[in-house]
Amino acid sequence: MADPENAKEATTLRYAFGNVLSFFILLLIGVLAFWIRLFSVIKYESVIHEFDPYFNYRVTQFLTKNGIYDFWNWFDDRTWYPLGRVIGGTVYPGLTLTAGTIWWILNSLNIPLSVETVCVFTAPIFSAFASWATYLLTKEVKGAGAGLTAAALLAMVPSYISRSVAGSYDNEAVAIFALIFTFYLYIKTLNTGSLFYATLNALAYFYMVCSWGGYTFIINLIPMHVLLCIVTGRYSSRLYIAYAPLVVLGTLLAALVPVVGFNAVMTSEHFASFLVFIIIHVVAFVYYIKGILSPKMFKVAVTLVVSVGLVVCCAVMAILIALVASSPTKGWSGRSLSLLDPTYASKYIPIIASVSEHQPPTWPSYFMDINVLAFLVPAGIIACFLPLSDASSFVVLYIVTSVYFSGVMVRLMLVLAPAACVMSGIALSESFSVFTRSIKFQLHGLSGSSQVDSGDASSSTVVAQNDAGKAEKTEDTAKERPSKKSKKKEKGIVDKPSLKAKIERRLLVLPFEASIFAILLLVLLGAFYVVHCVWAAAEAYSAPSIVLTSYSHDGGLHVFDDFREAYAWLSHNTEVDDKVASWWDYGYQTTAMANRTVIVDNNTWNNTHIATVGTAMSSPEKAAWEIFNSLDVKYVLVVFGGLVGYPSDDINKFLWMVRIGGGVFPHIKEPDYLRDGQYRIDSQATPTMLNCLMYKLSYYRFVETDGRGFDRVRQTEIGKKNFKLTHFEEVFTTHHWMVRIYKLKPPRNRIRGKTKKPRSQKTSSTTRTKRSAATKRNPWH
Amino acid sequence: MARSTSKDAQALFNSLRSAYAATPTSLKIIDLYVGFAVFTALIQVVYMAIVGSFPFNSFLSGVLSCVGTAVLAVCLRIQVNKENKEFKDLPPERAFADFVLCNLVLHLVIMNFLG
Repeated sequence: MADPENAKEATTLRYAFGNVLSFFILLLIGVLAFWIRLFSVIKYESVIHEFDPYFNYRVTQFLTKNGIYDFWNWFDDRTWYPLGRVIGGTVYPGLTLTAGTIWWILNSLNIPLSVETVCVFTAPIFSAFASWATYLLTKEVKGAGAGLTAAALLAMVPSYISRSVAGSYDNEAVAIFALIFTFYLYIKTLNTGSLFYATLNALAYFYMVCSWGGYTFIINLIPMHVLLCIVTGRYSSRLYIAYAPLVVLGTLLAALVPVVGFNAVMTSEHFASFLVFIIIHVVAFVYYIKGILSPKMFKVAVTLVVSVGLVVCCAVMAILIALVASSPTKGWSGRSLSLLDPTYASKYIPIIASVSEHQPPTWPSYFMDINVLAFLVPAGIIACFLPLSDASSFVVLYIVTSVYFSGVMVRLMLVLAPAACVMSGIALSESFSVFTRSIKFQLHGLSGSSQVDSGDASSSTVVAQNDAGKAEKTEDTAKERPSKKSKKKEKGIVDKPSLKAKIERRLLVLPFEASIFAILLLVLLGAFYVVHCVWAAAEAYSAPSIVLTSYSHDGGLHVFDDFREAYAWLSHNTEVDDKVASWWDYGYQTTAMANRTVIVDNNTWNNTHIATVGTAMSSPEKAAWEIFNSLDVKYVLVVFGGLVGYPSDDINKFLWMVRIGGGVFPHIKEPDYLRDGQYRIDSQATPTMLNCLMYKLSYYRFVETDGRGFDRVRQTEIGKKNFKLTHFEEVFTTHHWMVRIYKLKPPRNRIRGKTKKPRSQKTSSTTRTKRSAATKRNPWH
Repeated sequence: MARSTSKDAQALFNSLRSAYAATPTSLKIIDLYVGFAVFTALIQVVYMAIVGSFPFNSFLSGVLSCVGTAVLAVCLRIQVNKENKEFKDLPPERAFADFVLCNLVLHLVIMNFLG
């Protein structure tokens, strides 16, 4: 009699120990996720990276200074001059509100952290939360062991690190956490059927809508999964409780966010959810009728309804199709269309096509970004099918759709990362359990003892098979010792497994040495993964790209801080109201750091305005001066990498300026700038190219640096070496010539004689036609 | 052919009526509430069709609040129904508390969106 009691105590003690251990493991995973993202703070400094985060930082500064009501109603007149931008209605507020709340809480506790520090460290904190959310999600799908593995994998996966290092203060930093958490709550509601979790699910979806435009992925994936469940015959009332309140509450909450507004009910991205909403109601009603009628009567009902309902259905569908087809894009937005049809953007919207993040990824980038997980994912998919539940079918659907979308845009590799981690966690956990089970079985077989001290289901059934007399006793002991991994399997085993099942279980046992070797190999695999992730975090993804470094040939570190030098010069040496024109890449940084009004910035919402700036950069000096003067521009900023070999400068981006400008103003034609289809800036370049503003502003006085004008990026000598600027004057060039700032010369007070003829004869025809074309079609006069 | 279908329809209608009469009263009350909510939503849609959809946010919040309470009431009915095997260890008080909480969140959002 003492034995079962002792066994019970041992079980609860082991259970408690397991819980405490997994709590500490989770804590360590969170700390790991936080610390691995701090490389850029250690290598450079605690600075905000890239371009978009500067805008978010500026908005957060405004929020902390002026409070939330002014933030909702903020009209920003320092950007997109002269149009301005309604910040309250065009920005996803989740990130800024989160960081603002954290700053406010810390300051009210008298911890005086600056806004910049809070912004820099928001992403690592939320990645720790995201790994805990992955643990919860995978625990719902497969069990706690798989959950811990998946959380550990997500803490380190390079694809997620790339968008959430310390300093990368962008929407994805909090959005990925919101995504995983929403999926976890959905699966939890599906598994438990509790309306409480359904409410929480809707609120988590609201947080996701606030944070990122990628929320449309959720609102299309969940209806797809519901449809899949209905079609495969897995409809249950828990599915209804999980889905229907989410649609109603979710649509309302999405409409609350000003960026989304009425798009929540009017764009095609949301129609899938409404369609499935109707379908699930029809299915629920059918099941209800089936439940209360006898089978014969049900058949009668079906024939009646089908004949009448089909007519009504066709009429409704016809109306709907007519409505949707009447809009040219069938109701979808440009970005979503480019996801569905990858060639759409390059044909119709050059701005979307020009962003480097929107290009399709190359094959090596998969291995770089998710490494070992790339071939653990198929194993995980198979493991999800044994057995198939609602939750595991959801995860399979998630990975399949995210693999497709990651193939369209390299930016969406980020959405693939959590799915890959969940699948790999499941695969690793399952394989570990198979090997340890084999080892335990082999050990017990070797020692000949029938005492089961593992609680593993299959070893208990195998022992029971050996000795039928002891079958009941071992089953009882197995029942009393749930281990956290095989809890679910045990419930199935304890209800009298058939002989066939026992034989099948026996086949899952592998030889002893093979299992030990396999476990060692799996551990080695994990070690390689960790090494790769740490390397990727340290070397590849920690560059703040506002500060550049390189190693000189004697091993010393050389720092290029030209961008901040230029912005500091602008903020100290120009008037507060001066307007600065540059290509849209640098708009956010200019408004945030130099605090000057810009013409176009990274938001790229107005294609015509950007095309205006592009046209100006592609035109000769006088035409460009007139365009800029009409926009009240005082200073023009160009980025030039030819002296130091910085490849992302404006000359390399110039063809996009031509394409975007040419898309709106037809007198700019791309072939004019190419010699035999090749883009060159040397002596073989076309006269149009050699006379355009971008060439002149980039290479003015460049020949003074080394006497020959050798461009290190293009690896040639430049075509036109000695020229003077007539309408612009150079006011500042940074230390490494990376940023060059020019001022527009004021128009002359007197013009001697009649109107000036064009200066040089050989470009006269092109400039005259261009100028007359520009003046004829100039839309600003 | 037509007579047999109309006889079938009548037999179907009678069997439906008798089957429904057997449901407990509490479920019938919930069904009545659902019907009332859907009816209110339909009236609002007809009103919008007559008068026009400005301001759109008010129309949306009105219709969606009716649809929302209907959906939540159906969820409550599912959870409280004694014939439902999946929810037999869920006490009906817990189901009702969840229903109230979800309605609170829904109406808070509606009040904010009503304008």
